[in-house]
Order: sequence, then C-alpha cells, then structure tokens
Amino acid sequence: MATIHIDGQPFAARADTNLLQACLSAGTDLPYFCWHPDLGSVGACRQCAVKQYSGPDDTRGRIVMACMTPVTDGAILSTRDAESLDFRSSVVEWLMTNHPHDCPVCEEGGECHLQDMTVMTGHHARRYRFRKRTHRNQDLGPFVKHEMNRCIACYRCVRFYRDYAGGEDLAAFASHNSVYFGRAESGTLESDFSGNLVEVCPTGVFTDKPFSSRYVRKWDMRGAPSVCVHCAVGCNTILNERDGSLRRVLNRYNGEVNRYFLCDRGRFGTGFVNAASRLRAPLLRASDGSLQATSMAAALALFGEALSTGPVIGIGSPRASLEANFALRTLVGAQNFHLGVSGIEHDLLTLTRDILRVSPARIATLHQAEQADAVLVLGEDVSKTAPRIGLALRQSVRQASFEAAAQARIPLWLDAAVRSLGTDARSPLFQATPAATDLDPIAVANLRLAPEDIARLGFAVAHCIDPASPQVVDLAEAMAGQARAIADALLAATRPLVVSGGQCGSAPVLQAAANIAAALHRTRPETRLMLTVAECNSMGLALLGGEPLDAAMEALEAGMVATVVVLENDLFRRVPQARLLHALARARHVVALDHLASATTQVAELVLPTATFAETDGTLVSHEGRAQRFFQVSFPVAPVQDAWRWLRDGAKAAHRHDLDWQHLDEVIADLCAAHPALTAMRGAAPDAGFRIAGSPIRSETHRFSGRTAIHANVSVRDAKPEANIDGPLSTTMEGYYGEMPAALRPYFWAPSWNSGQSLNKFQDEVGGPLRGGDPGIRLLDGDPVPWRYHDAIPGAFQPRVDALMVLPKGRLIGSEELSDRAPAAKPRIEPAALSVSPAMRQALGATTMLSLTGAVHAVAVVADPAIPEGVALFPAHAHPFPGFADPQWAETAAP
Amino acid sequence: MLSNVRTLWLTFLHLFHRSETVGYPETKPYMAPRYRARIILSRDPDGAERCVSCNLCAAVCPVDCISLQKTEDQGRWYPEYFRINFSRCIFCGLCEEACPTYAIQLTPDYEMSEYERPNLVYEKEDLLISGTGKYPDYNFYRVAGMAVPGKDKGEAEREDPPVDIHGLLP
Repeated sequence: MATIHIDGQPFAARADTNLLQACLSAGTDLPYFCWHPDLGSVGACRQCAVKQYSGPDDTRGRIVMACMTPVTDGAILSTRDAESLDFRSSVVEWLMTNHPHDCPVCEEGGECHLQDMTVMTGHHARRYRFRKRTHRNQDLGPFVKHEMNRCIACYRCVRFYRDYAGGEDLAAFASHNSVYFGRAESGTLESDFSGNLVEVCPTGVFTDKPFSSRYVRKWDMRGAPSVCVHCAVGCNTILNERDGSLRRVLNRYNGEVNRYFLCDRGRFGTGFVNAASRLRAPLLRASDGSLQATSMAAALALFGEALSTGPVIGIGSPRASLEANFALRTLVGAQNFHLGVSGIEHDLLTLTRDILRVSPARIATLHQAEQADAVLVLGEDVSKTAPRIGLALRQSVRQASFEAAAQARIPLWLDAAVRSLGTDARSPLFQATPAATDLDPIAVANLRLAPEDIARLGFAVAHCIDPASPQVVDLAEAMAGQARAIADALLAATRPLVVSGGQCGSAPVLQAAANIAAALHRTRPETRLMLTVAECNSMGLALLGGEPLDAAMEALEAGMVATVVVLENDLFRRVPQARLLHALARARHVVALDHLASATTQVAELVLPTATFAETDGTLVSHEGRAQRFFQVSFPVAPVQDAWRWLRDGAKAAHRHDLDWQHLDEVIADLCAAHPALTAMRGAAPDAGFRIAGSPIRSETHRFSGRTAIHANVSVRDAKPEANIDGPLSTTMEGYYGEMPAALRPYFWAPSWNSGQSLNKFQDEVGGPLRGGDPGIRLLDGDPVPWRYHDAIPGAFQPRVDALMVLPKGRLIGSEELSDRAPAAKPRIEPAALSVSPAMRQALGATTMLSLTGAVHAVAVVADPAIPEGVALFPAHAHPFPGFADPQWAETAAP
Repeated sequence: MLSNVRTLWLTFLHLFHRSETVGYPETKPYMAPRYRARIILSRDPDGAERCVSCNLCAAVCPVDCISLQKTEDQGRWYPEYFRINFSRCIFCGLCEEACPTYAIQLTPDYEMSEYERPNLVYEKEDLLISGTGKYPDYNFYRVAGMAVPGKDKGEAEREDPPVDIHGLLP
C-alpha cells in the first residue's frame, strides 16, 4: 500500500493501480470516460486530468492524466486545482462539440455517464456554433440499438467486445472526427455478450432495444436485487419494473461472481415474465376436455380434494426456488418428493454435489476462474451452457501475459500494452469436448472426443499428475501423449482450474475431472474445481434431496398414485412424450403449478398460476453452491401468487395444519430446521424485518413520477401501495437508501452519479468486493474429508454402424426453457440441425429421419469437421425433440 | 371617532365608482398569455406531435400528476398515452419549464370545473391541440440528430452530411 495525498488529504492506495482508481476508491468525484475497471486505461478521452506535484515544495505542479499515471508512494495531487478544473471543462466541451441535441429522445438520458460528467465538470452552455458531424446507424439485431451520432470515441465498446469478449464483428472504422464504431455492414451482433455494450458505453450509442420498446426513465422504475434464472452460474442482476411489467435487467456487481458483465441470455431472456403465454388465472379441466379459467376458491377446493385423495406425489423443479420446492416436499412428504430431473441428470447432479462436497480442491468462484493460470475443460461447452463461465475462461488465458507484463514492469491497467505483450504469452487452456466451442481460438489444444474418451483422457491426466490415481489401461498412444502434455501444463501452473459438467451426460467425465483436481491439489493447494449443473436451482434441489423423476414415472405407471403435483416444471422436456402421457393418464388428479403455459399445463386437470422470479422472493443455489436471495420487483394481482402460498393454501383446503406459513421467513426457518446442510442459506440476505434507521430499503428512486396519474384512468382515488410482507424492501420511494447490505441494493445511484458507474461508490475499492461483503453464502465449503480417487474408468468409445451417439448441444437461446419464451430473444434462436462429421453428412444427405426420445422426425443435417466419427450433436430441448437432453444412441433413416 | 366617520364616507363614495365585478360568464376577464391554467400538448410547425415522451414533465411535477409511456414510430418518439390528473394539478408550470420541445404549455383557459373528479383526468386526445401554442417556430427534430421521416441524418440544422466510413481521409 502507498499513501497518496488527494487535495491535502492522505489516502491509502494500492501501488499497482493508477491515480484515477485511487481517487475513485478514495471517494473523490473525478470525471472519466474511457477508463473502465475491467477494461483498463487507454488514455483516449483526456477527461481525468489532475495536477500532480513533485513534492511539498512544488507550488506549480503539472497536469497528468490520472488514469495513465501509476500510484507512487507520497504522491501529491490536486483534483480541484483551478488549472485542472479548467482543463477538464475544456475537454468535455470539445467532446460535446459533435454530440447531438438528443437527450430527450435518448434511452440513456437520466442515467448517462456523459451527462453526469458534463455536469460534474461544469460545462453548462454550448459555445460551439458550427456544424456537427453525423453518422448513419446500423441495425445490430434484436438486442442492441445503435445511434452513432452520440459517440465520444472512448473506445470502450471495441475494447470490451473484441479484447475482453473475443467478438470479431464490431470494430472501429475511419479516423479523426469521423471515427465510427459498428460492424462492416448492418447485421446482428454475433457475440453472446453484446448486451454489455449498453452498460459499457458511457453515452447512448448502444442502447437496450427490447427495453426501448417499453421505455421509461431510470428514475421511474422500481428496482429489486435479483439473481439470473437462466443458468446455474447465479449472476446477480437488478430487475426494473414499472406499472406491473418487467422492463429490463441490469448487471448487479458481485465481486466474486459476475462482476461487471452479463450474458445476453440473462439480460434479454426475461421477456417471459410479460409474455402472453403467462398463466393469470387458475385453469380447470371442463367436462368437454378444455381448460377453463376458474375462481381461486373453486381451484383451491379441488386442490384440497386432490391432496386428500392419496397417495400424493410431488415433482419439484430446478427452476423453482428452494422455498417453493421445500413447500412441496413438506406437502407430499420426503419419500414422495421427486426432484423433477431426468434419471441421468439426477445421477449426475447428486454426483456433482458429492464431489464438490468432498473434493480437496475447492470450488472456483467465477472471479477465481478468471485468475486461473491453466485451465482444463472436460466435456462441457461452457460458452453455451453457462456463457458467463466462458467469458471468465477467456480472461484466464491472459494470466501468462500478466506475468510477462510484471517482468517488463508494465502495470496491468495499461491494457493495450499488456495485450500487445500477451499476443505471444498465453496461459494454457485445454478443451476436451465432442464439438467445437466458442473458446477454440484461445485454447492451446482442442481435443474432439466422445464422452467415454473424454473421461479416459481425464483419468489418464490424473494418473500422470498423481501415479496413485487409477491408471487407464489400453490407452491409445496419441491420447497418452496428449494426457501427458495436459498434465505437464497443469503442473506448471500455480492456480490450475478444472472445469466440467453434466452436458455430455457422463458420470466418468465428472469423476475424471474430480480426480485431476484432487491430484493437482496435492502439490498445488490453489487448485480449483468448477462443475456446472443445468439450471438455476439444480444444486439447491440436489441439496434438498429427493427421489429421481423415473421413480415418479414408475409409481404412476404402476397405478400407485392418485394425485401428482407438478411444481413449475415442464415434464415433456424431461420424459419422452408417450411415456409421460401414459403415466399421467393413470393418475386421478394432475395438478400443475406454473407461471407459463406449457405442454405439462396443457394435460393437467388443475393449473394454478404462480409468480415468476420477478414477482416472488426466494433462494437459488448456484453451481458453486452459493445460496443467493432474489427479491420481487413486481406485485402481481390475485390469483397469481407465490408457489409456496398455493401449496400452503392447498394444504389448508385439505384440512392440514402443518403448513401454516404466513411469511417467507417462516418457510425459510422451517427449511433450515429440516435441512441442516442448508441452514446457512438463511444468511443469504437479511429477513423481512430488517430496517435501517427504522426504515425498510426503498425500491423506488426519490424522483419516481406519476403516482397520482398512472392509474387515474381506472380510479381517480390514490391506490394503496402494494405491501411487501416477505422482504425488507418497501414498495415505494419511502424508505432508506444509502449504506446497506449488498444483497439488498435495489439500484445504483449516488449524488452526481446517475449512471450505473456510480458502482464505484459502493465498493470497498474499485474492482473489489461490495461494501459489507459480496452477497451469497457458500453451502458446499465443508470440512475436508479423506479423498478417494474414482476408479470407474469406462472403455473406449466404440462407434456403431446402425446408430449415432447423439449428444446434446448447448445454445445461447433456445435450449433453456425460460429464455426460449422471451419474445425479444426469439430471433436469436438458431435453427436446430443434426451436426455430424463430414463423412457422415455425405452418407446421410441434407435431411434425415432421426429417432430420438421415442419419436421420429425429419431434421436437417450439417457437417462439422470437429465431430468424431460415430457421434452427432443435436441442440438440447430443440424442436422437434423437446425432451432431448441426455445423450443416447439414435437411428437414422432416409427421409 | 374621526376614523370611523372617514371610513363610512369612503365606503359611501364607492357607490359612485365603476364596479370591478363583471358578470361572468357573460363577461370574461382578460388573462395574460403567460397565465398558468389549462395544460395542452402542442404540435410542431409541420403539424406533428411535439411531445417526444422524454418524461421530464412527469419527473419535475411536484404532485406527480403526469404519467406517460414512450412509444416509437420510425425513429420518432411519441407518448403512447399521456395522462394529466387535473384534480391534483397545482398549475405551477414546472412541466412547461422542463419541456425540452415546447410540447407541454399552460394556457390562459381556466374554465375546467367538473362535477365528477374522474372527468378531470385528461388523456392525450384531450390535451393535444392542433397548433403550435406560444412557440410558433420551434421543431425539436430539426435540431436533434435522430433520423425521422422527412429528415434524414445530416439534414438537421448545422449538420454535416453523414460520414463515409469507408473513406480514407480524416
């Protein structure tokens, strides 16, 4: 740590940072544009000028760019000196000469970093009276809007898109005043992280297109801290709502998880909350077989009757909160509670949980994955199943360049220099997957193998690292060599990371990954393991425990079930259609609770409308075992209510008195009492009684408008504000805003900082943890137990002549259930096709009849040179095979 | 005593003065153009709606009686609905000051009494007039950079034609 003096006050600052970071960490309001905490400094905008003095006797000083000047011990600087103030106001005046007169019709207005900085520098009146340069815009696809006139050429967009996220189709064109940021021609941005341009851009060049279609200003929206429900990473988000509709999703910084960026699935996949396919009333099967809307009382009467007709089984859901699943488990009893994931997934999920519990190598946070200096990915295309992990791994390969930069005495924040240096210095990233992934270009080696061979390679790597781990007999020589090379690279690292997951449906792959991590951990104590799971609360379900879905199907088929209660789960995605229809037909009552109409609600006798993640509070457990609370931002009108409240009301209608919860906190208390392994989840966020200075946290800004007019067309009387009885956030602008637990932050705002860049006011230091600690409680970090290597090594993959091994392929949009239903994301769903090796493509032709999950449909066939012989890939859950997610042998026939 | 007599005398004299009271509604008093009464939404000189739905009037309204929702047509922003609850309005005029496009204006028309409160809730069709109101010449899109129907990029006041990004000259 160094001590620097800012405007006469001493502050402690990290010596490896620059003066701008130090000033912001010290709480000084110093304007800047081009610097970004994760993108470093380029010195493009000249806005952060400060005066630095060479010593106490220096009275003149010199102007330096704070972002380009390293922190030195004893540095003396002034941010309020007249000359630097004048310099900064001149710079912003130059930047504004070409800025259009657009603020009223700009989506960034009111939360614009450029507006904030212009006001902060004191540039009030325009003196420039000449002509402005203009640009034509491009159509950048369904997610991002383009308005190039507003650009101030800070280069943040291309630095994020190309340098940080590895995109190739956005670039800087032309020069001088004409500089242009866009694609070579109009077209959809290809990157899976394009939505971050909206937050990265300091002004309104890139704005959120779906949000713009139902736009309101930042100050007019209610905010609530939430957790992304579109994959298992558990990125923290802020939801914004007005007038009952969810308007947008913003990144909510969590220093250990998502930090500054989200993927497009998380940002644009939430449209299902407002979708027309939402269930808004209970539906009851009428005598003519159709589903008819009914009253809450009638629905509950039937629900109570169904629950009284035993035996009752419950099927939970990996996309419902822990609390909802626990409520169902309590309602039907532990032995009748099924996790609602298919057989293979269930086995892999419990295996993943057990490995993470006992592995000596600890579970990597996303931020630790970014810092890994050697990575091995086994069998999982993380860039599609959990895109944010892919982005983190992309940063990990830079570790070698950081070491090279340290040797060359280049500070890491000098990003362009470090990247130039890093073109030759790359940390190793190895991928062993069945097909090409987005990370291929940055990997040292990409091995394209069938799942069995991936596992064998993994076991061989573990054996090379620790001879005590089981050996793979009859290993091909080429693979032995590859295993040796991978082992050597991992051993050469100090913070190696092993990434795997259940995508290719193979337990040996997970076991091999666990063996490698454990073997490495003997000599590399900072070894980390990262195992992904399928859905946002898969790990929570695994910790809750329950029977597999197959057991439910068997019980139904045997006619041993009178009533089945399905919680927020489309079973047609998990069980072959014919089997499911047959099984459900044997039950007397099928009750489905869901917020979206699905194939399952179509066949249910009674459908109860539940609240989406935007309308209820709950806890999700991410793939790293991090329990995180999400809070409701929207207050749906009855009869839509939280799933656990439906289950409680059903129990009451069935004359049971053991589920008499009134508030979420009571559910959580019962949950913690019943599940010792989950007790810590209580600490994920403060309870509903939490108050600061006697007030709840306000969820609306102090400038929230339209209160007495918004519903005046319905009733001119003021409506009573909604009551939030489950969480510590008020529903109005009344309440506290300031220092608060990070898990409760409903929006980022600080005086003079209306944009999301106000984040630096809420961190311990720039890029560090949020003040008061990053949110989330890790549940899987137990005491170490003796490790035993897994030794179930499979035989080598044997291609069959009569069938193809079809593996599920991940897609950014289209394979995950909820984002699939977002209208804005629809255009981004890639058409489903069977990917096979070129030789197989030759044999099959352009289309083939594929028999998968018990159905036969014609599908398009495309060639992928990376795919090994005998293996094929088809997108998971894609039309026409919504139930396809587990690898299986499939026959093909000529159409 | 003297002052009482003087007061009576002055009051008596008023019998012969001209009356200030007028026979409203047959006679109407003169209201200055800047008088703050009924709020209207005006149109630009080309006849299109001036309001761009920027929400500044709603934000500045001290009684929160303005509510609107943005929508868009070929790049031009409009309010999908624009609602003023006049039973709450205090006619302070801050909305007019905040408006960047001269769309919302207060007019001297004060005759807005109603027997039913709901009738004081004005929607966009009640607020929109066909003229430019007090500011005859201003057209926001003529000075803004957005391309809208009838005005392409580079055609606003003091704008250069769009840059050819494939050109090599600076």
